[in-house]
Amino acid sequence: MSTQVTHLEALEAESVFIMREVAAEFERPVLLFSGGKDSIVMLHLAEKAFAPARVPFPVMHVDTGHNFSEVIEYRDRRVAQAGVRLVVASVQESIDSGRAVEETGPRASRNRLQTVTLLDAIESNRFDAVFGGGRRDEEKARAKERVYSFRDEFGQWDPKSQRPELWQLYNGRHKKGEHIRVFPLSNWTEMDVWMYIARENIEVPSIYYAHRRPVFKRDGMWLAVTSFVSAQAGEVVEEREVRFRTVGDATCTGAVESSARTVEQIIEEVAASRLTERGATRADDRISEAGMEDRKKEGYF
Amino acid sequence: MELLRFATAGSVDDGKSTLIGRLLLDAKQIFEDQLEAVERTSRDRGFDYVNLALLTDGLRAEREQGITIDVAYRYFSTPKRKFIIADTPGHVQYTRNMVTGASTADLALILVDARKGLLEQSRRHAVIASLLRVGHLVVCINKMDLVDYDEAVFDRIKKDFTDFAAKLEFADLTFIPISALNGDNVTSHSAQMPWYKGPTLLWHLENLYVGSDRNLIDPRFPVQYVVRPMSNEHHDYRGFAGQVAGGIFRPGDEVLVLPAGFTTKVAGIDFGGRALTEAFPPLSVTIRLADEIDISRGDMICRPHNAPTVSQDIEAMVCWFGERPMATKSTYTIKHTSRTARAMVKDLRYRLDVNTLSRDESARQLGMNDMGRVQLRTTVPLFFDEYRRNRTTGSFILVDEATNNTVGAGMIIGEATA
Repeated sequence: MSTQVTHLEALEAESVFIMREVAAEFERPVLLFSGGKDSIVMLHLAEKAFAPARVPFPVMHVDTGHNFSEVIEYRDRRVAQAGVRLVVASVQESIDSGRAVEETGPRASRNRLQTVTLLDAIESNRFDAVFGGGRRDEEKARAKERVYSFRDEFGQWDPKSQRPELWQLYNGRHKKGEHIRVFPLSNWTEMDVWMYIARENIEVPSIYYAHRRPVFKRDGMWLAVTSFVSAQAGEVVEEREVRFRTVGDATCTGAVESSARTVEQIIEEVAASRLTERGATRADDRISEAGMEDRKKEGYF
Repeated sequence: MELLRFATAGSVDDGKSTLIGRLLLDAKQIFEDQLEAVERTSRDRGFDYVNLALLTDGLRAEREQGITIDVAYRYFSTPKRKFIIADTPGHVQYTRNMVTGASTADLALILVDARKGLLEQSRRHAVIASLLRVGHLVVCINKMDLVDYDEAVFDRIKKDFTDFAAKLEFADLTFIPISALNGDNVTSHSAQMPWYKGPTLLWHLENLYVGSDRNLIDPRFPVQYVVRPMSNEHHDYRGFAGQVAGGIFRPGDEVLVLPAGFTTKVAGIDFGGRALTEAFPPLSVTIRLADEIDISRGDMICRPHNAPTVSQDIEAMVCWFGERPMATKSTYTIKHTSRTARAMVKDLRYRLDVNTLSRDESARQLGMNDMGRVQLRTTVPLFFDEYRRNRTTGSFILVDEATNNTVGAGMIIGEATA
């Protein structure tokens, strides 16, 4: 008999503990589900946490409208399989109703507008706890965020007055109108996520694996040609074998050249990678040294 | 691959950020885009060398003021282990951050500047690590390059620290002479210090045995959530979800349920749709029982002949974080395992000076970052063990009911007797 615990077992146990804690202490939790690998792992953990019962909260997708069709197809199929309710919070509707103003120009992105849509959806659905797939290894500002991240009535994060978080005693107390963002994958790295996907044999959208598609280079990143993104003068479209390391808004998520067609090959590739996940693939994080911190303070994920 | 969590603590300018940067760099956990950003920023600010500390300063205010505000978590792994570092800053809110970082750590790493020797801050780090029952302590005597790699300097600091630590409790205490800047004895042995025969820091972190730190003796299962599928397929399923806080549970085990006081048997242990043959810390599982007993969140499953203390009167060491001081007769919300209740401070026995370990019995209150021994009375009984025996069933937090802030962290000493 062995009581040894692997790092994946320890991370899984911790995340499951966090999800059960939220289900027990909050009235209206919701899990953010985009069809990206981190949210896929979160939903998988939620299913394990409450089995054989169904996941006791709905999932929500903040939809910029700039999606990869493979991801939306995956999202709908996966949600139906889990038997959970899907709330779609639409950035397009926020724009149409005048709540958000679309950026203009060839490089316009709806990434920042998501904050308005997210906060409106939290308010109208009266969600009091929102599970996000954020990991502390992703970005410098995230490294300092708590597992339970308190947000005031404006959805803002105040990094200087975070509640101390000791042992596994999470303080979820809040007043009406305030809410808590909960990050069950805080202690996972990109590598842990892929190793877990391999261990649990979890399906992910096909665009995570290498495939050929028309792309062009912008700011040192490969962007996919879609109905929302087209090459500007001087940008040359060519077909390449690529895969996506992150899956987000199509206008600001870059692809990486890759021949990894299996989870095992992706793990090898991640191990050898010399660029961070966000540095390689997220135009939005390159805005400034404090880009993520500023967006988080406004209420971003 | 195993997981090791460690907390780092250091004084200002003792090279902690450089050491962490060095560990991450040598473990190939620093990526080109991160390194380029740091090189660019170092150049822009007019530094002569690449400031590895910039890798770990996350927030704008920190970069502007050149300080670290909050506990930051960092990750790296080697083929042997995955490491989580709780990086705690050395000045602002010192005690709060160190206590937070140490609460989940298996090991504490303390840096001492070889030129300065044992400072008050190093002593305070060691005391906090000891109070929080971080069993393993590593003292890195840094900047050996600035004292000509002199063995006598190392020996003197080692002796000072050992003398001081005799009053504290650690399972093991290891001293390593290093230069974080040059990488001596961090991941590879130093050619400059042939007199040092011990392990490098990374070897020590990779090989230290921490398996016995978990309590596998006293079965404790705080019920977190009741799983009732209410589906046709699992019509009668009723499972108690939680994370094992101590001991080993197996199907067939006779168990005692608190506070009801009923005895029954474990009918099965499930997780994620699979049946398990046993469960131990830190696994999260769902336990089914042979008899139908009314059990809810906050209850405790243990063994008939090995149960925690059940009491409303608690004696504990408390570390205070609140802006408003803790005073006797104040009431707070207490969270202990999966139980939430209210607690009144009945008595402040003494305030502990974490630098000298002296006790001030005349103290009337605990201010921010103070530690002291208190007596609490709770509205309902808690099921607890001594913190030294079980960090999960022996710890609690106090929450201010007006602001909802976490204002105190407690480590239980035992049942209070008037």
